[in-house]
Amino acid sequence: MGTVAAHGLCKSFGKVQALDGVTLDVPDGSFFVVLGPSGAGKTTTLRAIAGLEKLDAGSVHLDGRDATGDAPAARDLAMVFQNYALYPRHTAYENIASPLRARRRSSSEIAAAVERMSNLLHIDRLLQRRPAQLSGGEMQRVALARALVRSPRAFLMDEPLTNLDLKLRVEMRTELTRIHRSLGATFVYVTNDQVEALSMADQVAVLKEGTVQQVGTPTEVYERPANRWVAGFVGSPPISLLACRAEGDRLVGAQGWTLPRPRWSTAENGRELLLGLRAEDLSVEQRGNTSLSGELYGLEPLGDRTVVDVRVGTEMLKVKARPTVAGTPGERLHVTVDLDRAHLFDADTGLSLSRAGR
Amino acid sequence: MAVSVDEAVSTVPARDRPRPTRRLGGRGRSLVEVALLTVLAVLMLFPVLWMIETSIKENRDVYAVPAEFFGFTVTMEHFKDVFVGPDGGRSALSVAFLNSAVVAGVSTLLATVLGVPAAWAYSRFAVKARKDQLFFILSTRFMPPVVVVIPIFLMYRQVGLIDSKLGLILIYTAFNVPFTIWMMKGFVDEVPAEYEDAAMLDGYTRLQAFRRFTLPLLVPGIAATAVFALIFSWNEFVFAIFLTSSDSVRTAPPAIAGLIGGTTTDWGLVAAASVVFALPVLVFAYLVRKHLVAGVTLGAVRR
Ligand SMILES: Nc1ncnc2c1ncn2[C@@H]1O[C@H](COP(=O)(O)OP(=O)(O)O)[C@@H](O)[C@H]1O
Ligand SMILES: [Mg+2]
Repeated sequence: MGTVAAHGLCKSFGKVQALDGVTLDVPDGSFFVVLGPSGAGKTTTLRAIAGLEKLDAGSVHLDGRDATGDAPAARDLAMVFQNYALYPRHTAYENIASPLRARRRSSSEIAAAVERMSNLLHIDRLLQRRPAQLSGGEMQRVALARALVRSPRAFLMDEPLTNLDLKLRVEMRTELTRIHRSLGATFVYVTNDQVEALSMADQVAVLKEGTVQQVGTPTEVYERPANRWVAGFVGSPPISLLACRAEGDRLVGAQGWTLPRPRWSTAENGRELLLGLRAEDLSVEQRGNTSLSGELYGLEPLGDRTVVDVRVGTEMLKVKARPTVAGTPGERLHVTVDLDRAHLFDADTGLSLSRAGR
Repeated sequence: MAVSVDEAVSTVPARDRPRPTRRLGGRGRSLVEVALLTVLAVLMLFPVLWMIETSIKENRDVYAVPAEFFGFTVTMEHFKDVFVGPDGGRSALSVAFLNSAVVAGVSTLLATVLGVPAAWAYSRFAVKARKDQLFFILSTRFMPPVVVVIPIFLMYRQVGLIDSKLGLILIYTAFNVPFTIWMMKGFVDEVPAEYEDAAMLDGYTRLQAFRRFTLPLLVPGIAATAVFALIFSWNEFVFAIFLTSSDSVRTAPPAIAGLIGGTTTDWGLVAAASVVFALPVLVFAYLVRKHLVAGVTLGAVRR
């Protein structure tokens, strides 16, 4: 068992409202990712669940039992800290053994557990070193081993891969997913990297300025963002947003273009809207009549694809294209729009107007 | 010079670390530098040198005119007199030294035992009106001992602490606790709180986390702070002379001062007693010098 339920968490530091009513329900055994930019309150959320932060309001239930006032040690959680927090005077071995020592396990049991962990995370050769003698990636694996060495109710991980170089980060992503599957344990995983969130999560909670914007599967968050902010934060290259208005069966852009109005949109006439278009739902090849005209602004070759920046009036569209695409800046072109996959947001509230279940 | 905690507490002995290169490019010091430093050293060290010389001269050589720097008869009589009384038993001075050791040692220990946890609490917890509390604690040190000695004297007489070692221990502790809290808070602030957080998630209680993971990192700071507290208590004169009178309670500073005056002054004995008085602090500071340097530079650098 390992459910974590945080309800209405509020926490302020002086004038900064770090958490403003954060509610998360983490099912047993899930890989639950909290995604948000730096300063969104991700670390504070984890620390609140761990019992390291005294809350202004809200409750934390672990396995259905109210644990709001419990000491960290009583919550039976393990945490990987954003900057590892390895004990500087202790060897890697002693760092990993620490949770077992605190529980007064026998030294033979500890030795066996540490060995198992060091094999799993490939740190057998590093066990006698101190943190100062380890590289960032090695420290990160020791910190993971210290958390994974016992079987707590849930694992809390605070951006454990952020400080690694790209290659190691991609490797560790796969490794962590594998570990999660083999343990079947509950993971609450914090990151500011949307690729990490989309690739690893069973469920994602998107956090911004201490409030949860949306909770859902990676597909839901990507395909049906709850508001323009989530749409902009999740996805790379970022979604393009064009100002427009609904008029009858047409969408009239602020830059003078018109498109047929999607059948699913619910906005009334005259309402100020934002049309959200992801790069992969746009094409520089002309087909059909749902297209926008603009001029080529620049090309970003990314190897497997090229992102074409197209200027429509004063607004910018990012269009995904084949790597072989060519063109000169200033050249006029037409961008075909897949309107069935487009998003509409209220320009004032930013909330999605796309029909649920589309 | 900024020193990080990891550096200051690293296991690498200080002497193995590369020394900062000298500005003058390794050719040693210039002639002017040497001359100026010599003058300074003579000025500063002359009283010390004279004290040591006087302590090993025979009494008639002490008064010799012109003064003899070399070639006098060396005697250890004065040092014997410091410890052995005229009747062959313990001298009053040796009792005073013992009293000083007890009073300075116990008051430093108390100040450390009380001050370190307090500093930790002020550093780690959201104490209400923390700044005001810390300022209040510091304000108790605003007045020099001589200003408060009369009221303390009157209070001590009321409660029967006058002329007792306990009285001195208490007043020295009261003077050293604020200092310890302030100095130690700087050191605790330098140790990331996350070590304790991690330890609590490992399953330790908050106090265990402090004791096992933070306290060992504070040892240099504690050593530095304790040395300063010890030096204050060991050297303290004003309270000692006002609050104590009998030989069995008196500490060394008033006891040595008491040797001067009267019809004749045994300068040899005064000098020998002063040498004995100066030695423990020197030895102690030498023993903890590594921690002391790390500690003092650490405490001085505030983020
Ligand atoms: N101990 C603290 N004291 C003051 N402000 C803090 C503290 N911890 C966090 N904050 C503030 O709370 C907000 C959220 O911080 P944090 O939870 O660390 O964000 P994240 O982990 O998402 O980057 C930030 O604005 C941060 O400056
Ligand atoms: Mg953080």
